[in-house]
Amino acid sequence: MPETFQDFDAVVVGAGPAGSTAALVLARAGRRVALLERGPYPGSKNMYGGVVYGRVLDGLLPAWWDEVPAQRWVTRRSTMVLTPTQALSVDFRTQAWGSPPYNGCTTLRPDFDRWLAGKAEEAGAVLITSTTATGLLRQGTRTVGVRTDRPQGDLRAPVVVACDGVNSFLAKEAGLYHHPEPEHFTLGVKEVLGLPRHEVEKRFALQGDEGMDIEILGGTGPVPGGGFLYTNLDSIAVGVVLHLPALAASRRRPEDLIADLKAHPAIAPLVAGGDLKEFSAHLIPEGGYEAMPGVVADGLLVAGDAAGLCLAAGLWLEGVNFAIASGQAAAEAAIEALRSGDSSAAGLAGYRRRLEASFVLQDHKKLRRAPGLVLSERVQHQYPKALCDVVEALFTVDNPAPKRGALRAARAVGKNDGVRLRDLARDLYTMARTFG
Amino acid sequence: MSDPERIPDIDFEDRMASVEFRVAATAHITVDGDACRGCTTKACVTACPARLFVPTSDGGILFNYEQCFECGTCYLVCNRAGAITWAYPEGGHGVAFRRS
Ligand SMILES: Cc1cc2nc3c(=O)[nH]c(=O)nc-3n(C[C@H](O)[C@H](O)[C@H](O)COP(=O)(O)OP(=O)(O)OC[C@H]3O[C@@H](n4cnc5c(N)ncnc54)[C@H](O)[C@@H]3O)c2cc1C
Ligand code: SF4
Ligand code: SF4
Repeated sequence: MPETFQDFDAVVVGAGPAGSTAALVLARAGRRVALLERGPYPGSKNMYGGVVYGRVLDGLLPAWWDEVPAQRWVTRRSTMVLTPTQALSVDFRTQAWGSPPYNGCTTLRPDFDRWLAGKAEEAGAVLITSTTATGLLRQGTRTVGVRTDRPQGDLRAPVVVACDGVNSFLAKEAGLYHHPEPEHFTLGVKEVLGLPRHEVEKRFALQGDEGMDIEILGGTGPVPGGGFLYTNLDSIAVGVVLHLPALAASRRRPEDLIADLKAHPAIAPLVAGGDLKEFSAHLIPEGGYEAMPGVVADGLLVAGDAAGLCLAAGLWLEGVNFAIASGQAAAEAAIEALRSGDSSAAGLAGYRRRLEASFVLQDHKKLRRAPGLVLSERVQHQYPKALCDVVEALFTVDNPAPKRGALRAARAVGKNDGVRLRDLARDLYTMARTFG
Repeated sequence: MSDPERIPDIDFEDRMASVEFRVAATAHITVDGDACRGCTTKACVTACPARLFVPTSDGGILFNYEQCFECGTCYLVCNRAGAITWAYPEGGHGVAFRRS
């Protein structure tokens, strides 16, 4: 590479969890790193469900739980299956998640993202907010920096780490995405509803700083997707995640689908009287392993949602931890490349290897069939109805008729609800291979 | 669902008033109303979570960028090349979440 002036050793675009982690790790290695953020403060553009699963922080920020701006520590987790008039829950609680090292906390992104970016700054990264990267600086096909919307705002560096989120225009410009298809995205919309703290605790059976998260299947009407309900300190977050092509085809409004969920008899008492604090919307990359773009090019690494690394697979909606782990892996590969003086794609190849060796790509590979399955008509509508009907048949006391055994109830319901044994067997097999 | 007893929903203007927008002087998204005239799906109209696409009587689209979540839904559901020109707002502007 010809000798040119370098402003930094690395430019990281986006101060979300992926970018702030990448900047933190690079700065700790003594590298000059710029962390660009288009919002006025980190987190200003970001929304999620939200629970942060913090295990991934143990190595990076020991005893992170003492300082993370947590709302509540999740000790109760529930998965709910809904039909318009029924609800079936698997509800789990453990006190083990209520004390260090914890499992996950609810936290607001403007708080969490600001906190993590602050850690990068403390380590020496230069955080530049209110600045949008408008494109890549390139020499031939090699990325040598980014353009920004500041006057004389070009920033040159041997490595650019694109952590610019789900729409990643930088990865697209580098040709790493084929054609982003709407079927690989869902739209999340949510309401944060204020409730007095004691009311949150009473409704969700919590004490002190305990928290609950509820994942909901079958509550999004005609649009495949899911619902969620999370507890903050003195508010709750309720929302839906909607498969984009189906949302467009359904002609339903996103906020109406939240309203439908909130009106469900199993949900309404939990959210009643909540006072709207903020409405928000954001996309989720939901294509999983099969839809992932390339993550390495000459002078360029892509991490977090920008690389489609969010894990959205039915029981799981985890993106922050995947973003943090991939940001760390990208930084480590960049440090290696800077040390050897080779930041070509070959020099940066350690990134992909690190992802393969960590939970990031291992979980994605394992769950590669999940997106298609979870968004299928059967999992969205047929099975929830059949499950609820079996349980209803089991629990309905039909005297003087004698009790039906579970198997008989299931057989009758299966027939009634149009569940085809062949589909069920195939889906169970896929589920066993995917989630087992 | 059309349960008459269901909790009254939030008025859309109140809903959007709960969000802070630091509106930039120039539009970050523009829509070519002519391109939209022949569009039969008008997918953007219902899918945009901020309701920023308003159909006009002559089959076109009226668009206002000011209360945009910068989510990307519109350009993904639109299947007419060139109808939507989409970029992020100038740094420091646009949506500013506080509680999400
Ligand atoms: C509805 C919903 C619910 C979710 N629930 C959960 C959950 O409960 N738990 C969980 O772990 N994950 C959840 N996720 C996923 C999670 O939010 C994401 O996976 C995670 O935020 C990805 O982090 P990131 O750093 O890659 O990207 P982001 O958090 O999107 O950060 C990208 C950053 O880059 C900035 N940026 C973008 N472009 C530019 C540019 N050109 N110039 C400068 N800056 C730029 C943005 O402003 C932003 O700050 C949810 C997501 C949604 C939408
Ligand atoms: S923006 Fe796209 S989807 Fe919307 S009306 Fe125009 S062409 Fe149709
Ligand atoms: S980016 Fe999202 S909020 Fe903005 S106009 Fe498009 S769909 Fe609407």
